[in-house]
Amino acid sequence: MKINDEYKELAWQGLWKNNPGIVQLLGLCPLLAVTSTLTNAIGLGLATLFVLICSNTTVSAIRKWVPKEIRIPIFVLIIASFVTCVQLLMNAYTFGLYQSLGIFLPLIVTNCAIIGRAEAYASKNPIKQASFDGLMMGLGFLLILMLLGAVREVLGQGTLFDGATLLLGEWASILRIEVYTLDSQFLLAILPPGAFIVMGLFIALKNAIDDRVAAAKPKTENHEISRVRVNFDEK
Amino acid sequence: MALSLTSAVSKNAKILALFAIACTAIVAVVHLLTKDQIILQQQQELLRNLNSIIAKDSYNNVIYKDCYILPNAALGTVSPQKVYRARKNDSAVAAAITTVAPDGYSGNIELIIAINIDGSISGVRTLKHQETPGLGDKVEEKKSDWINSFTGMKLAHDNDGRWLVKKDGGMFDQFTGATITPRAVVKAVRNTVSYFNAHQSELFEATSNCPSQKTAKGTK
Repeated sequence: MKINDEYKELAWQGLWKNNPGIVQLLGLCPLLAVTSTLTNAIGLGLATLFVLICSNTTVSAIRKWVPKEIRIPIFVLIIASFVTCVQLLMNAYTFGLYQSLGIFLPLIVTNCAIIGRAEAYASKNPIKQASFDGLMMGLGFLLILMLLGAVREVLGQGTLFDGATLLLGEWASILRIEVYTLDSQFLLAILPPGAFIVMGLFIALKNAIDDRVAAAKPKTENHEISRVRVNFDEK
Repeated sequence: MALSLTSAVSKNAKILALFAIACTAIVAVVHLLTKDQIILQQQQELLRNLNSIIAKDSYNNVIYKDCYILPNAALGTVSPQKVYRARKNDSAVAAAITTVAPDGYSGNIELIIAINIDGSISGVRTLKHQETPGLGDKVEEKKSDWINSFTGMKLAHDNDGRWLVKKDGGMFDQFTGATITPRAVVKAVRNTVSYFNAHQSELFEATSNCPSQKTAKGTK
């Protein structure tokens, strides 16, 4: 039961409360740069997710043999090797996507979310929890990438899943949805400033939801306390 | 004290070295496993590009191996460019020449231009560019049909006034809001055709000297 609670907490932290994209604001460079289409966003999100799980698992597995003084260079080594492997694999099997992600694929190495999780969580916790943490943080990041990509693609080009064939192969062309037709693209949404604006709106929305939840919580607590007091008085 | 410090340093150095070796080994294994597939992908990409500008059934040689490196001076580019020669039963059919338009709106525009033996353009494709999305990126075939307006065109003589964008009095459309990009592309294509017309026979006679297909497209 206690372990279940820990997993629940990890999921909650990764997906919402401590989301690497909209709360920790880590890895903003790829987050903002490649989310001009949903396909690119999914591609980079999956690559980051994979690297995060692998690096968290490895870092956790070796945590007892790594002296404190040299842990950072070792973590960087591990992350860099996984990213290089992902890069080689994508170059070999999803060539089109590899080209459209360009420089942002190797830049996963510098995504602070990954070294941050390695240092803050994986280096202090058992393998199972660490890999689960990697999964949840990665999913949280992927989710934000996808939302950003979807909003920007719909606003900018009026489509969804444009170029999905790059990621999934020829059959995926049926996924492409033309939401509405634009004579010319809405440039602001496609260029980086649009990414900042949409991102800002997401953060605002998340904060608004949190505020509303927080505002709702004290009420119930007050209510309980008054009831307790009433009961006590009655006794 | 000094001794324990040295021993700690050497211990850490050993651990770091071990990790470096292990990580390098993993990357090396993945590299070996994917190497052939990556070369294959690059060849296919090149072939896709070539086949989109030279009709597949018009030639029967292995076009990406029949490749000759042009010296920098030939097209006025900074890096050496390549010529892929299409032949049918050893007689020349067409050549696909890579070139760079250095004066795009944001940097170089890499192009590949296929020219038939009679000097008419068989097709042009943009390989790489950083032009503004939505404006200058219409040079991509995916975004606009514009790049196909070259097909079938011929350069009558070196000062052919039709080989300009319409704004400059020529026959090629510019884009709304972007004149610099198409101007750069038209100029680069014109230079290439002009070079082809002047050096046709040497281009087809030169022996293949491209190193390997790995660097065939100039990508890393």
